[in-house]
Amino acid sequence: MDTPAAYFHWGFILISVPNLIVIGGMIVLFAIALIAPFPHGGEEGDDVGNK
Amino acid sequence: MSATSSSEGASPGATAPESRSWTLRLRQAIDRHLPMDHLLPDRQPYYVGSWVYVFGVVTIAALAWVIASGVVLSFMGPQWWHDSRVGRFFNSLHFWSVQLFFIFMVLHLWGQYFMAGWRSGRAATWMIGVIIFGISILTAFTGYLSQQNFASQFVAINAKDAMNGAGIGAFFSVLNFGQMYGLHVMLLPIGITILVVAHIVMVRTRGVVKPIDPEGGARP
Ligand code: HEM
Repeated sequence: MDTPAAYFHWGFILISVPNLIVIGGMIVLFAIALIAPFPHGGEEGDDVGNK
Repeated sequence: MSATSSSEGASPGATAPESRSWTLRLRQAIDRHLPMDHLLPDRQPYYVGSWVYVFGVVTIAALAWVIASGVVLSFMGPQWWHDSRVGRFFNSLHFWSVQLFFIFMVLHLWGQYFMAGWRSGRAATWMIGVIIFGISILTAFTGYLSQQNFASQFVAINAKDAMNGAGIGAFFSVLNFGQMYGLHVMLLPIGITILVVAHIVMVRTRGVVKPIDPEGGARP
């Protein structure tokens, strides 16, 4: 914890590797949430609760 | 108009004459805007069947862990959370659930951004989200200042000039541990919890926003 993190430097982009990994992981998780099929329990819902 | 208790037992949403009883008026307003099947629905529109909609609820779960572990920390105190094994465990629990809280809050924000979740009268839901995001950052900052170790002193000493430069150092003093700790243990549990409840109630009154019409334009 007391050693400074490695940095990724590309043009004007300068970001620590740990931060880069977290952001990359978030983008991957977001993509999975869009693609992965969602389990449907019971019948399809109707528009209850929607105005 | 004689409208004292004429609408007792009226069906929800019935337009009873204006009553002078504020409890009756409040109950009728709640029935009209937030009936129980909206507040606790057992069915959702088909488009809600996507993992993207789960991020908001996971954020609530993370927040519950943050608050629960934070309450334990505040009961036991800095000596405990730095020097004992169990204390360090709860300190880690608090820290890592905060990381998850922020990650899922931002994933939820991305989801709402791309589905334009502020459409059809939902602007206030989005804006409350923005305020929650801001308060969360402030709470994380005061949390770093509440650790009672060298890291928190380092943060405080380095931050004070920025605070003074912004002109708020006089009433938000990062060197004042009592103030930072007080804000930290009060802001999150009270401020954020109230706003999250308002956020959820607003979502439940209107229902989940419809997907953007592929033919172009937002559906009403
Ligand atoms: C503590 C942080 C937050 C919690 C616990 C939370 C929770 C939720 C939940 C459970 C929903 C229901 C639908 C869903 O999960 O997608 C929701 C909806 C929504 N959230 Fe959040 N949220 C938070 C922060 C934010 C932020 C930072 C924004 C954006 C700036 C935001 C914008 C919205 C909007 C616009 C909706 C309405 C969607 C609709 O009506 O269909 N929220 N939120």
